[in-house]
Amino acid sequence: MRTILYILQKEFIQIFRDKTILPVIFIMPIFQLLVLAYTATFEIKNIRFIVVDHDHSSESGKLSDKFSGSAFFTRIGQTDSYNQAIQAIKKNEADQILVIEPDFEKNLMKENHAQVQVVTNAINGSAASLMNAYAISIINNFNKEILIKKFPLHFKEMPIKLNSSFWYNPELNYITYMVPGILVLLVTIIGMFLSAMNVVKEKELGTIEQLNVTPIRKFEFIAGKLIPFWVIAMIDLLFGLLIARLWFGIIVVGNPFLLLFVAGVYLVLVLGLGLFVSTLTNTMQQSMFISWFFMVVFILMSGLFTPIESMPVWAQKLNMINPLAYFIKINRMIMLKGSGFIDIQRDFLILSLYAAGMVIFSTLRYRKTA
Amino acid sequence: MSIPVKIENLEKSYEKVKALKNINLEIRPNELFGFIGPDGSGKTTLFRILTTLILPDKGTIRLGNYDVVKDFKKIRKITGYMPGRFSLYMDLTVEENLMFYARIFKVDIKENYELIEDVYSHIAPFRNRRAGDLSGGMKQKLALSCALIHKPDLLVLDEPTTGVDAVSRKEFWELLKKMQQRGITILVSTPYMDEAALCDRVALMQTGRLMSVEKPQNIVNSFSGNILTVKVTRMHPLLDELTGFDGTDRVYRFGDTIHLTTRRNPEEMKERIYHHLTEKGYQNIVVTQAEPVIEDCFLALMEPPEK
Repeated sequence: MRTILYILQKEFIQIFRDKTILPVIFIMPIFQLLVLAYTATFEIKNIRFIVVDHDHSSESGKLSDKFSGSAFFTRIGQTDSYNQAIQAIKKNEADQILVIEPDFEKNLMKENHAQVQVVTNAINGSAASLMNAYAISIINNFNKEILIKKFPLHFKEMPIKLNSSFWYNPELNYITYMVPGILVLLVTIIGMFLSAMNVVKEKELGTIEQLNVTPIRKFEFIAGKLIPFWVIAMIDLLFGLLIARLWFGIIVVGNPFLLLFVAGVYLVLVLGLGLFVSTLTNTMQQSMFISWFFMVVFILMSGLFTPIESMPVWAQKLNMINPLAYFIKINRMIMLKGSGFIDIQRDFLILSLYAAGMVIFSTLRYRKTA
Repeated sequence: MSIPVKIENLEKSYEKVKALKNINLEIRPNELFGFIGPDGSGKTTLFRILTTLILPDKGTIRLGNYDVVKDFKKIRKITGYMPGRFSLYMDLTVEENLMFYARIFKVDIKENYELIEDVYSHIAPFRNRRAGDLSGGMKQKLALSCALIHKPDLLVLDEPTTGVDAVSRKEFWELLKKMQQRGITILVSTPYMDEAALCDRVALMQTGRLMSVEKPQNIVNSFSGNILTVKVTRMHPLLDELTGFDGTDRVYRFGDTIHLTTRRNPEEMKERIYHHLTEKGYQNIVVTQAEPVIEDCFLALMEPPEK
């Protein structure tokens, strides 16, 4: 057992001497949290819109002012030519066009009904549907004001009045939602990439040759290789939680020790995966490439950016083998909802079995190839 | 604690290439035994089987009473191996590398220091330097120290002096001799013919076969024929000029001269070569008869001989 300590000592000396990787290990949590948390948001501000007003009346002016007055919209121009406005979208100078029909005011007052058209650049589908929803809500408000003005005595509210409240994230703050996910990303990158690279490095440099003729046992070697990155990833997680608390004011609602405990088990799984990648490869380049392959699939399917519920059923099934999906879910539950062990026990059990299986499988495989 | 090595019917193939073909060899305890042969002749494969890194397809190697396959754990404790490629940690210092291997073998550096002192004292002044920053010769001394730290009975060195300067090579061989005096059996491979002469016995290997096993002096003595050394001012075209010259068996570069082997009367050959070269306009022609050295003998043993 003391052999493991000697290997650990050697590994830590090597890690702390690595002038390239070491800074990244500690800059990464800061950078990922501070930059990604702000950028990975679905809110759209400053939608550039053009008004094509064929009416030039006071009512049409009021409607376009409603748009300009909103925090989401910036009016970048007004024109009488629909084609000119479409050109602006084509040149990517505008995102949305509001077209107001001729006699808009007249129709509104006399016929009690008038038309406007909203044209949206849908090159990015999710952004387009958001922009459309914003526009509809402004027009609905405008509708309501007209009704009040025209029929002040007869105006009735709709029979069903909607009151929304959002639990666990009352302000629908994207940062609150993203930070737990980014923390998972952080420990995964450290665990998977660095461990896969570290084992392969010995193969590539040939140092494994000298090591293999010593009485070192396989499990001692593997433990000595993986434990350092478990420790580093846990330190990075603590560091990340501290930034979340101090900078974003996100307090872990649940038990922080439960969170760390789950993270510890999750890391065993990720390190096992890294070890598995290293058994497939002989050079650091190969290992990097394969790690990236797994990583990109895992991240995009994990529910970090897009909800798992909106994925096709087969993709949701596929996520049963995605370690990130489990931990992101558990992490959000503990950090935002305050879930206890009972609430996460099913996912945690799967994660634990998965971790044990992966480490055993990779260790056995490693024995064969070495 | 000297240990003998017994190799029987050893075979090993890599996919389609037969790396070792029916090797049979006995190495005596405390022998300094050399393997010589061109790249791809199977020396490294043999060493890797011997040090338990790979398994043979057929045959056995026994170190004393231990089998390299069945008793691999024991073999690893009594064998010191220096791979052909520098395999210590470049980012650890000299001392850290040595400490690491001592601890892995569960030995105390102080206890065993006496054994490695001759080697390690050369690099001790640089003990805090990273292994990656050492010169080629010093790297080899460090690797030798690490291979010796657990007092092995058998030392296996795969081309330890390749890429090392002439002075360091000489020093390195002096160290090997000292290790031999301490009772260690030493197996060493080398592409340098002059180093083969320093071994007790040498095995010549080619394309996976053991061509001959002899004492260096016997190899030289068994050489039949005469050797002529030719030197001129303009050496560059000389090899082509003399290749196939009437009466020669073999023509090859030897240092900065050309060697010819012949079974005819050497005096007569000297005359004829001198005249031939004079006619061709060569200047400062020196043709002398030379005693065969081990390199000449190996070139004679190697197949296919030049006609």
